[in-house]
Amino acid sequence: MTAITKVTTHISPNEQLIFERSQTGRIGYRLPALDVDEVELNIPAEFRRDDDLEGMPEVSEVDVIRHFVRMSTWNYSIDIGMYPLGSCTMKYNSRLNERVARIAGFANLHPLTDEQDAQGALQVIYELQQHLAEITGLPGVSLQPAAGAHGEMTGIMIIRAFLDARDGAAASQRRTMLIPDSAHGTNPASAHLSGFSVKTIRSTSEGLTDLDHLRELCAHGEVAGLMLTNPNTLGLFERNIKQICDIVHEAGGLVYMDGANMNALVGVARPGDMGVDVIHLNLHKTFSTPHGGGGPGCGPCCCTKELEPFLPVPRIGKSEDSSYRLDYEQPKSIGRVKAFFGNYGMMLRALSYTLTHGNDGLREATEAAVLNARYVAAGLVEDYEKPFTGSPMHEVVFTDKKQSRKGVHTLDIAKRLIDYGFHPMTIYFPLIVQGAMLIEPTESVGRQELDQFVAAMKSIASEAMEDPELVRNAPHSTRIGRLDEATAARKPVLRWKQADS
Amino acid sequence: MLEAIGLGSAEELFDSIPQDLRLQRPLNTPAALSEIELLNTFEQMGARNAGARRICFLGGGAYSHYIPTIVDHILSRSEFFTAYTPYQPEISQGTLQTIFEFQTLVCQLTGMEVANASMYDGSTALAEAVLMAERVTKRSKVVASTAAHPQYLEVVRTYVQHAGIHLELVDFDEKTGQSTRALAEAIDDQTAALVVQSPNFFGCVEDLATLADAAHAKGALLVVAITEAISLGLLKSPGACGADIVVAEGQSFGVPLSFGGPYVGLFATREKYARQIPGRLVGEAYDKQGRRGFVLTLATREQHIRREKATSNICTNEGLIALAATVYLETMGRRGIQEVAQQCAQKAAYAAGRIARLDGYSLPFAGPVFNEFVVRAPRKAVELLARLGKEKGIDGGIALSRFMSDQPNDFLVCVTETNSREQIDALVEGLESL
Repeated sequence: MTAITKVTTHISPNEQLIFERSQTGRIGYRLPALDVDEVELNIPAEFRRDDDLEGMPEVSEVDVIRHFVRMSTWNYSIDIGMYPLGSCTMKYNSRLNERVARIAGFANLHPLTDEQDAQGALQVIYELQQHLAEITGLPGVSLQPAAGAHGEMTGIMIIRAFLDARDGAAASQRRTMLIPDSAHGTNPASAHLSGFSVKTIRSTSEGLTDLDHLRELCAHGEVAGLMLTNPNTLGLFERNIKQICDIVHEAGGLVYMDGANMNALVGVARPGDMGVDVIHLNLHKTFSTPHGGGGPGCGPCCCTKELEPFLPVPRIGKSEDSSYRLDYEQPKSIGRVKAFFGNYGMMLRALSYTLTHGNDGLREATEAAVLNARYVAAGLVEDYEKPFTGSPMHEVVFTDKKQSRKGVHTLDIAKRLIDYGFHPMTIYFPLIVQGAMLIEPTESVGRQELDQFVAAMKSIASEAMEDPELVRNAPHSTRIGRLDEATAARKPVLRWKQADS
Repeated sequence: MLEAIGLGSAEELFDSIPQDLRLQRPLNTPAALSEIELLNTFEQMGARNAGARRICFLGGGAYSHYIPTIVDHILSRSEFFTAYTPYQPEISQGTLQTIFEFQTLVCQLTGMEVANASMYDGSTALAEAVLMAERVTKRSKVVASTAAHPQYLEVVRTYVQHAGIHLELVDFDEKTGQSTRALAEAIDDQTAALVVQSPNFFGCVEDLATLADAAHAKGALLVVAITEAISLGLLKSPGACGADIVVAEGQSFGVPLSFGGPYVGLFATREKYARQIPGRLVGEAYDKQGRRGFVLTLATREQHIRREKATSNICTNEGLIALAATVYLETMGRRGIQEVAQQCAQKAAYAAGRIARLDGYSLPFAGPVFNEFVVRAPRKAVELLARLGKEKGIDGGIALSRFMSDQPNDFLVCVTETNSREQIDALVEGLESL
């Protein structure tokens, strides 16, 4: 194997499952002694547990610490290096935001505290709502949805409720949601949850929404709306967005924008000014709340004044005396989408992000994110096929067309990138691009790291020509090699079990 | 860098956005704050939350439990909290193995065979369980009790409103506070599922085994929801009682109250329904050298592959909070979870006993309780509790009138291992004095 410069490297300890470490009688906690007189509880014996929690771990505190610290070393993370997952916006997660979320006045606050005793908490929600309304140009905001897909579901249910209110019984003829073939899979799944059937819009060879096809699909009067990501998942701004919105509006439908790619627009352009009716944001992307290995997220829904009465309850508002209040009196609301107020801790972090960046900093972040993607695009265009000629925004798509002639495919390139110390890009998405590699550097990397990334990708491109087997068998430097996912799915083992049971 | 890509200014980066769609002014959001200013701002807002400083007897879906110090320490490790969903298993084994342990722990506690990698929270997990029951049974009627958490029922209603599912609510028994009999009587051949919360919103434990038999006799599923997951350390697991789907709010396992989120939904079911489960699943897998690892598996159920035919639209879940629950459960362990549950139940029994002896106070429901119970006061609970907060610094409970107009004098008290005898006595004396 050729010697390569690895950007990151670390030790890789072994660690069993906690259940395999467990030893009868070990404990890692201490509670105060029970300080009330023990009584016979009124819970009948047949309602009580009789298995003594057999199989649950028995370990000491240091066992637990070592267990998790060892496992943690097997993870790649933003704090280790560049994480160019397209459409995921893996940007730096400020420690300050973490500190804010842990302030006792918020962390210890029960969600059913009376509103007059939770004014500071409601103020955070209210102010973040105001900022998101300004950033999106859409005045109605609910922070209740817990993640992007949850925000999508909320937005689509709002469209449905609006149409039902506007058209009455005739709304039942309007049950088609248009979704581009490049969309995230959550879009059709969310549309389905709201009782819509899905029709797919083609993309043009330029990678944009096909207006003729859109007009054709809008001609039959059954269109409830369009779900559009902008910039789209190819990283291209839909420059006909205004026309697209007009076509859908003229056909009686509404436009939903998937805000997953909002990191390309903050401070530069506003969906509300483009004709979009409702959008969800991903605070865990654009507003830097940590991904946590798969959540928690927060997927606020922002909409026009017209749609505002349909947002989930409770709404958080401000009274004339400047106190903040919960408003349940919204008869047109789609209802509640989550208990309490949503993923509140994420709201604290996102507000902290907004305030530490300031209005000019928010725009600067957008500029840097787009600049970085453009730089990668320029750096790799000789070595990898770039299927669309348009200038990318915050992310850029390449394919494995050149490499696949040597039997090296996108998956191999991604795995080989791991050997160079990077997290791979998003692969095989969007689905309409064969062998897609979607690269989103974000604003959280500097030129030096981008150069290292470009150099690694170029090196892999030459390896693909000279030593394809090397790439096809990557990664070579990780704790484990490629796992047999087919067998894992055919005979799923989804939990640990005691050996003798 | 602009030069390197042949551009003259940052504005040119946005040439593909038509000029008239570009914002021609600065955002009308505040100017940047320094770290010192920012912390002051948030500390001041935090200080306006009087509720965070009070002795707390609030439950109702969010619980104040002891959180071992190491939980937050481990969550704060970069490798966990700044990683993405583990799409690349070779460099995500830390996340994947912890999820596998989480799934195992959820199965052990609930007595079920398969658990997923988490849902947003208990309420959305319940809504997904109802949708799954419809998929499994191909029936459209779902029967739930009004003794379930009112907000959970609202969320279920939102989720099922366009799914062709009819949600029928039955009343609880006003003497026992339980709904076992009413639920069992409402079932028919069209019923997809009985939905029961236990302990229910009033803290009363339901007879799950009876409900499982009633549901199964009609070919329906029993869906059990739990908001106070610590109860699993004392109460018979829903799995042992015959439940088909168990969902729970996992906040009690090492997650701060944080004004309602982020929390974590637990979702478990029988092995035969594994392919109908919503959300992510982690399974064991091996590489060519025979080394054990873990991967996301059974992905053909999910939205990125099945699109509108997926079992759910969920993508991002509550990974880091599931990690908190995993660290909590492993730290407290087999003994600690049972001891916490015992202390909760004992202290609640002590508090209930003392309050019941106060003049004019009673406990309206006779059903067995775990760590929450309803108190009937001699006057309006809202006013009583407001005074208790203001004058004694105690959040004494949740006035049920916030959810049910016909119980003006009732309030829900929750006691956990964090409430000392002294605090309980202060609550009792506070009620007595007002």
